Amino acid sequence: MIRKLTFGLTLSILAAGGAAADCAFENDVPIKVITSAFPAYKAIADNMQECGNVQVELDQEVRTKSAPALAADPALYHISSVHNGTIVPLLNEGTIRPLDELVAEFGQDLNPNQLIRIDGKIMAIAFMVNMQHLMYRKDIFDELGIEVPQNYDEVLAAAEKIEQAGVVDYPLGATWMADWNIGIDFNNLFVGYGGTFVNDDNTPAVDSEAGRKTLEMMKKLAAYMDPEYLVADATYVQQQFQLKKIAFSNFWASRAAKMDDPNESEVVGLVATAAAPAAEPGGIPAAMYSWDGFAIAKNISDEEAEAAFRVALEGGDAEMVEENNDLAIWLIDGFEPTEMADGAIATIENGAKPTPSTIWRGLINDAIEKNVVEFMTGKKTADETLADIEAAYTTSAKEAGLL
Amino acid sequence: MRRKTFWKFVGPSIFLMVLFIALPLCGVFWQSFFLSVPVVEAVEVETCTPGFPSQVCTTVTKSQAVLDEFGRPVENTTFVGLELYRSVVNPEAVREAFASRNPGAILRVDFWRALRFTLTFTFVTLPFVLGLGLAIALAVNNSTQRLRGPVIFVSLLPYIITPVIGGISIYWLFVGDGIVTQLIEGLLDRNVSVMTRGWAVEALMMFYRVWHIAPFAFVIFYAGLQGVNRDTVESAMIDGASRFERLRYVIVPHLMPLIVFVTLIHLMDSYRVFEEIVAFNAQSQRISLQWLTYDFLQPDDSGNRAIGRAAAASMLTMIGIVIIIFPVLRRAWRDHRA
Repeated sequence: MIRKLTFGLTLSILAAGGAAADCAFENDVPIKVITSAFPAYKAIADNMQECGNVQVELDQEVRTKSAPALAADPALYHISSVHNGTIVPLLNEGTIRPLDELVAEFGQDLNPNQLIRIDGKIMAIAFMVNMQHLMYRKDIFDELGIEVPQNYDEVLAAAEKIEQAGVVDYPLGATWMADWNIGIDFNNLFVGYGGTFVNDDNTPAVDSEAGRKTLEMMKKLAAYMDPEYLVADATYVQQQFQLKKIAFSNFWASRAAKMDDPNESEVVGLVATAAAPAAEPGGIPAAMYSWDGFAIAKNISDEEAEAAFRVALEGGDAEMVEENNDLAIWLIDGFEPTEMADGAIATIENGAKPTPSTIWRGLINDAIEKNVVEFMTGKKTADETLADIEAAYTTSAKEAGLL
Repeated sequence: MRRKTFWKFVGPSIFLMVLFIALPLCGVFWQSFFLSVPVVEAVEVETCTPGFPSQVCTTVTKSQAVLDEFGRPVENTTFVGLELYRSVVNPEAVREAFASRNPGAILRVDFWRALRFTLTFTFVTLPFVLGLGLAIALAVNNSTQRLRGPVIFVSLLPYIITPVIGGISIYWLFVGDGIVTQLIEGLLDRNVSVMTRGWAVEALMMFYRVWHIAPFAFVIFYAGLQGVNRDTVESAMIDGASRFERLRYVIVPHLMPLIVFVTLIHLMDSYRVFEEIVAFNAQSQRISLQWLTYDFLQPDDSGNRAIGRAAAASMLTMIGIVIIIFPVLRRAWRDHRA
């Protein structure tokens, strides 16, 4: 009996050892990680956990949680996922550490493109880029003889044609949920129309020609969308695609793989990608791109930081990319762009700008979100909306010490 | 009870209430007069981010927080008097709205929009909660002994469900092509989008709250009904009082203290309406005062939060609750002394 038990135990230990075998080193320092919850991060998390002693929390609200969690001493997480926006409070409060030494020691396999340098110091490691670009049903576009729209006038024309043909419930989809989602779409168009959010002295500059054009275009686009667009987040639009309810959308690259997932999608092989359309003919794409990756907390011991860094690299190594090639636009060596990645790469090549990493970005986005929603529900006119955006921004910018 | 025994029982409770309720409240009150502004400097920063095929580096002038020797952001805290209350309430916009004879324009200010919804929500749901609670209590009281248990159990179900979960399940019945929406579409033979109509979302939220809270009123009233004096009811019947007259002149007066109690609890609870906004994703159409406070506290993408304004908004919410429950409390006090 005892012998049997020992045998069983040995087996289970062996099995556990087998799971960790894919990691290049045996991690014996407990590491806690918080990351965003989309599929690419799930893949990275699975790979990190192979090193042992790694506890990962996949969380939709990293953007609000990571700053206070890393400000604690000792920090509540060793590793946090970051992007252009979420890195700002971490830099601002000095809660993440420079990675230059760790990169020199362990980062031989990193692509130089992955190193996020701020003021000369490496502050984060990027694993992928993410953005919205055109995704469209090529079967519908071919059948109706529609060219891939290059700018938003052509988007409206294409939507009109699809509406006339009546092949789907709604021609257009958009992630216009009444929170940061709709804010991002306003920003994309606003930048496309050549707008600047904030002047050099931090005063707002949204109340402009570009602002007016953006709102006008959003009203026109809304006519071709599911009227309940204010509750449409990325998953909602993804399902609209998968269930054949919409024909095209300027949609997140990170969701592209889901279109071809036979378990959930009815449109496997029917969706193609292209560059985000320009706002005006000949302009830059009406889309901003951001990078997604990891930063290491400052308020932890150097030993923990070293282990955390190695675990993070292990999570995003070439092996992981090989297994999950289609989940994201990886920056890691070994990534082979598929057809679904065309849209993202073309968007950047056409001159899309990276999302700015500044303190005012959060403030102005907050003001934009709320007021654009009220514009879309008809509670405010375009002029009132833009004036209220500037007023709300001014109030909070004063409190943030910017004005 | 002897005085010493009384304090032994009540003391710990008072101590905890002071520690966890009164002190934080004073803290928030204090905080609402102070503004902490981080010290920001303009610096030139070179940022290198990924691009295709190689990195893009840009140098821009950025505002950046100044850190002290311990690596924490330096903040200047100043007494600002009622400034934070002013930026929440926005009296200039109110004056302007009334000067231009367009009072509706004050709803452009979040606070007034939230107050409008909160008050409507509170006072529209109140009579329904009382009425429905009383109706169920009377129905159960008059049903046969054998049915009573199952009926009580079924009527209590909505109250047992966690508010957000119950709200979300009703939301799903209506959003997009939800079951109920499809039914309505079938009846009207046209496309219906419930969530695009502000009034529909508002009505759904109120319906949900009544459905959720009525069982609470029912339990209280049902307990009260057990104490109605049989003799009084019988003599009223002999005097020829109709069913309604017995209800009006015997049962309701008997239940009055309980009605006041339920009213009090409901006013306090529904003035703090919050779960419905979350569950029904209603923030694009309707916001409440409690939501406003939450929204101020929520850090934005760059980690800024308006703690001062959140404190001011929550003080205003508390003042609002005190104002609306004052008449009810006064009544309860008078009854108590009588």
